[in-house]
Amino acid sequence: MQLPLGIEVPIPTFEQFVFIQVALLTAVAGLAVVMSRNLFHSALALTLTFFGVAGVYVFLEAEFLAVSQVLVYVGAIAMLIAFAIMLTRSMMYGRTSPLNNQWGKSSLFAFLFFIGLLAFARATPWPAPGEEVIADEALIGALGREFVTTYVIAFEVLGLLLLLALVGAVMLARDR
Amino acid sequence: MVPLSWYLMLAAFLFSCGLYGALARRNAIAMLMGIELMLNAANINLVAFWRHGFGPMEDLTGQAFAVLIIGLAAAEAAVGLALIIAVYRERRTIDVDELDILSG
Repeated sequence: MQLPLGIEVPIPTFEQFVFIQVALLTAVAGLAVVMSRNLFHSALALTLTFFGVAGVYVFLEAEFLAVSQVLVYVGAIAMLIAFAIMLTRSMMYGRTSPLNNQWGKSSLFAFLFFIGLLAFARATPWPAPGEEVIADEALIGALGREFVTTYVIAFEVLGLLLLLALVGAVMLARDR
Repeated sequence: MVPLSWYLMLAAFLFSCGLYGALARRNAIAMLMGIELMLNAANINLVAFWRHGFGPMEDLTGQAFAVLIIGLAAAEAAVGLALIIAVYRERRTIDVDELDILSG
């Protein structure tokens, strides 16, 4: 495909084309999270970003993760954030600027960080993608086995941490 | 097949957005949203490197780490938001610029 300025762009395959749509949706929603003045709009954009990331997982053939992403992030975390916003209404409708006084430096730093990562991702010669995964169910089973063999300590510690964190959260937020 | 670098670029963009949100927003909940964005970006990278393997496909370390991070993010969000609600109850604000009783 030839662009006006004489730039040669390879024609994307169908999969790549769909990926570009999903990635653009995710990126725009991610930008809206940090740019929106209304905190509730930020939360809605964040939910959209989580959905987009789940879509990216589907492209990566990690279906179990895609489902976990929707269940945990969209189902639980986005809901928690929405509740927290409604319980603390003070700054929902931007009376003042939503940004603090170091936003200039932060935006410059974040932009430079992005440029650096971009250059790194483009310059490094990454290996070609591996073989297509054929047996998805076998893969999910293998993941389950990994969690009770190789990663059993991490898995149990995470369970304990989650329990303590939730009990702690109830203790912190309780009305005394 | 989508090249690995595309995933990395998307993750880099999301991470930078999250970094900006965590550093520049005044509202504590908005900061927490930035942190969630950064965690998601890291997760995309982990799964992308797993799929475009430097090792055999049966080595599920990338996916296992991503699942653990999702669980960790849930714990982090619960504690963070509970802290924010506790602070709001005490001070009637969650503007992080005004929460400066520890600065000398």
